Amino acid sequence: MAEPAARETVLETRKLGRLFGGLAAVQDVSLTVERGRVHAIVGPNGAGKTTLINLLSGDLKPSAGTVGYEGRDITGWPAHRVARLGIGRSYQKTNIFRDFTAFENCRLAAQARLPRLSLLRPAAGHRDVTEQAAHALELCGLAERRDTRAASMSYGEQRQLELAMMLATGPQLLLLDEPLAGMGPEESARVLDLLRRLAAGHTMVMIEHDMDAVFSIADEITVMVNGSVLASGTPAEIRANKAVQDAYLGEEAPE
Amino acid sequence: MPHHPRIALALLALGAVFLAVFPLWGDTFYIRFIARIMIFALFAMSLDLLVGYAGLVSLGHAAFFGLAVYVVAGLVNKAGVTSAFVLLPAALGAAAIAAAAIGWISIRTTGVYFIMITLALAQMVYYFFHDQKEWGGTDGMNIDSKPTVMLGDLKLFDFYDRVQFYYLALGCLVAAFVLLTVILRSPFGHTLVGIRANEGRMRALGYDVQRYKLIAFVIAGTLAGLAGFLEAARATFATPAHLGWHESGHVLMIVILGGMGTLFGPILGAFVMLLMEDYFATLTERWLLIMGVFVILVVMLLPDGIAGVLRRVGRLGRRGAGDG
Repeated sequence: MAEPAARETVLETRKLGRLFGGLAAVQDVSLTVERGRVHAIVGPNGAGKTTLINLLSGDLKPSAGTVGYEGRDITGWPAHRVARLGIGRSYQKTNIFRDFTAFENCRLAAQARLPRLSLLRPAAGHRDVTEQAAHALELCGLAERRDTRAASMSYGEQRQLELAMMLATGPQLLLLDEPLAGMGPEESARVLDLLRRLAAGHTMVMIEHDMDAVFSIADEITVMVNGSVLASGTPAEIRANKAVQDAYLGEEAPE
Repeated sequence: MPHHPRIALALLALGAVFLAVFPLWGDTFYIRFIARIMIFALFAMSLDLLVGYAGLVSLGHAAFFGLAVYVVAGLVNKAGVTSAFVLLPAALGAAAIAAAAIGWISIRTTGVYFIMITLALAQMVYYFFHDQKEWGGTDGMNIDSKPTVMLGDLKLFDFYDRVQFYYLALGCLVAAFVLLTVILRSPFGHTLVGIRANEGRMRALGYDVQRYKLIAFVIAGTLAGLAGFLEAARATFATPAHLGWHESGHVLMIVILGGMGTLFGPILGAFVMLLMEDYFATLTERWLLIMGVFVILVVMLLPDGIAGVLRRVGRLGRRGAGDG
């Protein structure tokens, strides 16, 4: 994983904010995410991390500030246009099509990138789409579960399917909302390994509570508290930051 | 994604063969009656695309059906146009444009609001025709002539011939069934099913959900227009009742009775509903009361309609054969 010669900003927010009624869920968040890096967002529950992801993905519209992607202002773009730029997202609460098989879930995701509406050709006949879907399943270790209904998969497998669907759309930037949430140690290790492999070819913004995972994979960490950025920096900088230790990390920070 | 169960396909094939040969011996009354049922089956099937696949419960679907009836009536009576080559495209075009306009507004809402707004917009169309005195107002008007299909002096098709018309209705029904099956197997169809299951997730994957809904709405409205064209040719009568919410509710009940999201269910639903209506009407003047009880029982006892029963029977059969 060689460092790119010149650092290049992929995603940038300026003074991003979102109000829910009178409550500022996200306030004055300015982030810079560089190409190929893994940018972790940590913070206590209610810090506004998921809201921030929703603002980046277009699921929510910001009340203030701007979002830029690849030099383009995408503030307030609807989610589907953001997704088509190559920004994929996964959800904290598993958000899959429960009645479809693993493969159908991924095929539906992959076919979102078809350039034109296709009304008359059978879905199964779009070879590139089915191949992309199969590839995403394989990446996430679900090749053998291909024809299993999503609802009857284990929780860990459903989490992996969630990632597979995102990957099937062929994104360059991944917005991951707690990809390891609720997983046992074994599943967690497997998904972390997958995330490491993905980090080689993608830029990632990742919310995660598992600090060991965060410190082992992130190039950059932003700590949020009460909707605002408390600190931002490399894992070493964050570990040494006194304010962060007081506010959040406490004894949890690994040695 | 239309996964026609084998038993349904078998029944459908059998039914199609029966319908194809029925006029060879069937009596005149039933030839006309079944033609009418097939028109309603087509109408109901078009609604199933919205209700059963896209998850859009429209209570205004009769607007497109009735509008097509009035377009035929208007062109024949006011402009003296009888050629089907003009009437059919005009009826379909009007239905499509109305569906695009009503759909464009309606798809901004979901759930109960979608039901209410489709109802409200369709009632506007209803009252427009209801209030046109020179179009017959509440009473409606007779359509002076059935459509004609002429090539020079040669009559290619006779709308007055009940057997020919019967086969036309059957042909339209089969063609619509095939078209919708093809559409539902395409990426577009899969997308509709995905939208019904989880709209937010589809957006996050990059689907312009509104666009898909609107296209589905226009396809369904246009097919309802085709049913309306056939109804105008069959009944040679246009009345505001064709457009009203009674008619919208009636066709929705046919879809629910037959089984939503199956395409073949609405066909079965149309046959059962209209045959029962006809039967109960011979028993008593209060036949609507019996129909009401019947519909309530079906909804309570058969939540997936007639198609759901078939599916269950099919599953039992497979288990019995030992390969389930």
